[in-house]
Amino acid sequence: MKCGVVVFPGSNCDHDCYHILKHIFELDTEWVWHKDSADLDAFDFVVLPGGFSYGDYLRAGAISRFSPVMKAVVRYAQKGGKVLGICNGFQILVESGLLPGALMQNRWQKFICKPVFTRVESTDTPFTSLCRERPILRIPIAHHGGRYFAQEDTLKAMQDNQQIVLKYCEPGGTVSEASNPNGSMDNIAGVANEKKNVFGMMPHPERSADPLWPDQDGQLIFKSLIQSF
Amino acid sequence: MPKSKKSEALPEVTPDVVAQHGLTVQEYKRIVDLIGRAPNFTELGIFSVMWSEHCSYKSSRPYLKQLPTEGPRVLQGPGENAGVVDIGDGQAVVFKIESHNHPSFIEPHQGAATGVGGIMRDIFTMGARPIALLNSLRFGDLSDPRTRYLLNGVVDGISSYGNCTGVPTVGGEIYFDACYNGNILVNAFCLGLVQTDKIFLAKAGGVGNPVIYVGAKTGRDGIHGASLLASSEFDETTEDKRPTVQVGDPFTEKLLIETCLELFKKDWVIGVQDMGAAGLTSSSFEMAGNSGTGIEFDLSQVPLREEGMTAYEILLSESQERMLFVVKKGHENEALAILDKWGLDGAVVGQVIESPVVRINYQGKEVVNLPISPVVEGALNLKRPKSKPQYLSEVQHLDLTELAEPPRGDEALIKLLGAPNISSKEWVYEQYDHMVRLNTLVLPGSDAAVMRIPDSSKAVALSVDCNSRYCYLDPFWGAQIAVAECARNIVCSGGTPIGLTNCLNFGNPEKPEIMWQFEQAVLGIAEACKFFDIPVVSGNVSLYNETKGKAIFPTPTVAVVGLLENLENHCTQWFKNSGDAIGLIGLTLEEISGSEYLKQMFERCQGKPPQLDKKQERSVQEFCLELIRGKWIQSAHDCSDGGMAVAAVESCITGPEKALGATLNLESTLRKDALLFGESQSRILISFAEGKGESIARMARKNEVPFAIIGRVGGSRFTVNINGDEFIHQEIQALKNIWKNLIGDYARQVS
Repeated sequence: MKCGVVVFPGSNCDHDCYHILKHIFELDTEWVWHKDSADLDAFDFVVLPGGFSYGDYLRAGAISRFSPVMKAVVRYAQKGGKVLGICNGFQILVESGLLPGALMQNRWQKFICKPVFTRVESTDTPFTSLCRERPILRIPIAHHGGRYFAQEDTLKAMQDNQQIVLKYCEPGGTVSEASNPNGSMDNIAGVANEKKNVFGMMPHPERSADPLWPDQDGQLIFKSLIQSF
Repeated sequence: MPKSKKSEALPEVTPDVVAQHGLTVQEYKRIVDLIGRAPNFTELGIFSVMWSEHCSYKSSRPYLKQLPTEGPRVLQGPGENAGVVDIGDGQAVVFKIESHNHPSFIEPHQGAATGVGGIMRDIFTMGARPIALLNSLRFGDLSDPRTRYLLNGVVDGISSYGNCTGVPTVGGEIYFDACYNGNILVNAFCLGLVQTDKIFLAKAGGVGNPVIYVGAKTGRDGIHGASLLASSEFDETTEDKRPTVQVGDPFTEKLLIETCLELFKKDWVIGVQDMGAAGLTSSSFEMAGNSGTGIEFDLSQVPLREEGMTAYEILLSESQERMLFVVKKGHENEALAILDKWGLDGAVVGQVIESPVVRINYQGKEVVNLPISPVVEGALNLKRPKSKPQYLSEVQHLDLTELAEPPRGDEALIKLLGAPNISSKEWVYEQYDHMVRLNTLVLPGSDAAVMRIPDSSKAVALSVDCNSRYCYLDPFWGAQIAVAECARNIVCSGGTPIGLTNCLNFGNPEKPEIMWQFEQAVLGIAEACKFFDIPVVSGNVSLYNETKGKAIFPTPTVAVVGLLENLENHCTQWFKNSGDAIGLIGLTLEEISGSEYLKQMFERCQGKPPQLDKKQERSVQEFCLELIRGKWIQSAHDCSDGGMAVAAVESCITGPEKALGATLNLESTLRKDALLFGESQSRILISFAEGKGESIARMARKNEVPFAIIGRVGGSRFTVNINGDEFIHQEIQALKNIWKNLIGDYARQVS
């Protein structure tokens, strides 16, 4: 199985994603450079990693969406290619229109880095199919702009189509205001597109996937993706 | 400060202009003697920065020679951008701590951000990838109206810069004391990893080799940051110095890291120097000075941010995120291609020449022609007078009988846990990405951060420490305690200390009392480092930390790096299991002086710092390491601010899971407050499976280390009984809530 990790100028979780895919899951993993707009058809899936692409200047993801590689990512996704966007990757997917809604500054206007609990709301996606037995995941977040927002009708359509995939919750699974770290609408932590082949999430599954650490819930996201083929 | 002028005529060098540049009459005469003529205005600017306290260490250099800087692992000691220590298998760690105090007080966000950027460049300039940042922050009292603004701004600056560059900020310390009301301290530490055969130095060898400018364009920011801002104390005009604060761009820094690391893979890179304090000037003089060569360059080639900049401004700009490379002739285009790949500016600006001078042309004219050694080494080594301060005889005396002994300890414990120096710093470190790059084995909130060394079974432990109250009461012993305690933090995490870097923050060196404090603290660090065999491999001196004549407490911050040969042997401070026994390694004396307890309960900063028996300290540390490596214990936590009681509560509440209760049963003839809240040195609180107690006690006797089993983990309360009488009894969750929220609640208030 072959996967690609996109490198934007300012990506900084690119090495972490590469490490997990290449060394933990032993996949054939390649870098994809942001200036490259060639077709991505050779990849089984593509990851847009976290970081501060273009310094998050203007607005997180707002500049990256114009980079040559995003033209290729859009074509790839439209053909059904699987795309996972993590943190800044999620922000870029939203900015480029591959995912609905918007990601705004956190409620307290501060960067937050800590482990949080999320509940898998839909296991009917290639990214979460293995979470049926284990729907509550402890995965760290690390972002300044992760406050999800969507218009009411968009949200309704997403709900109807089970596109809301992850919600922040308490350790026991209750979705509450107290467990919402950034003020996201409806505690939303991750969403998919209509066809469920594009998925963006604010928590970093690559930060809880290395067996060196006690937390390995992030593995379920990658394992689901790998098993979907 | 001189304004820029469009006209090409340089201002005349008058006595007033010399004084504005922070140079004395004597220094000016020395310049004329050394170069055999009067300097022009631009050259005067160069001397002003290169001879500033900040760049030349003219007050401190003779003292720093006392520090032990060598050891079998030391590959590079002080003098380069950072120290380098061998960790085996062809790898080394590169580290240094540096201050950015004055800029952070004037403009907290940019001041702190560029402090982080500067220290990071010192590390990757050596060829190392930065893998961890730490910081030591000191703010004024919470009641000072400016403190909230400074705390928010500094944390925001560190967060925005460090996070964006993808280097995790994994630990640090924060203290609050009224002595920092007018002069906060922001000390930033960075550690990088390098192959021992790929260490780069600031060299400009090979006549004819091109000099390449890499990174951000040069602008008018930070001019005279080193000379006027860093090398004088604060007064009413301080606000006017805001333009001397640099402005950081972490995105460019990230690109610069990747560009430099890619360049370092090439065998045609000769040398590199970061343009830090004094910018293009210091980097070119230092590189040539280190190699016995000269440099000739043309300022017209330097990428500029704005039009109309004078040679003076270009040379003294401290614009951030810039480096100077020397490469082998013929490889210029390859180098520029790598810059282009990462989208960075760059240009060939000059070449290495044989004659040991720096010659600078601008717009077809020679604007500077200076011999190197007067500029780099010519600054006077000042023998500033020193004298023991008067205040010491007053503050060092403390009569314990004046202090009423409390009937119970609950009130003091609650007050201490809610004191800003002890309460949780979670609000701060949650704003730092402390996990990126997946190496952080022990996250912030334990005695030391532990980082795995990628692709190996090793790890390094990192801690930064200084109790400046102790240093105020006795700088010689206070500094020794800083070293001992920082090393103890490393040991509690499972590491063997292998190197130290220091950031010596003091007041105005022109005052004899300040020079005395400085000398005593340096002697203290030297003595402790020699005894514990920890080489000092890098450091920084920050003087003039005072406002309107009022100096900060002497604050010789130290950061110690420790090595874990096997990363599985790392240890954390929190209790792991209900039912485990709690033990105390080390001896508790009747010591209250200088403690946080004395400050919180009696509002006094008085007495001598706790005693430090270095031999005992070493035995305690060695014993603790033996226990960790033999997998005898579940947790180890240094007893420091707030004493044994606070250490025990911290072990109950700092774990990632639910808080655990504990009961301590103590037998003692000491004052109860001294027993629980005194800050006797060389003590470590451990926990272990109950069945192991006897063996551990036997090992302690064999090692001649004081040891006692003092309690047990479990329940939902924290209880302390002394000689059979209950002294403290509290719900552990309630204690946790008091400890957890103070800083965040304070910082979020809108004042």
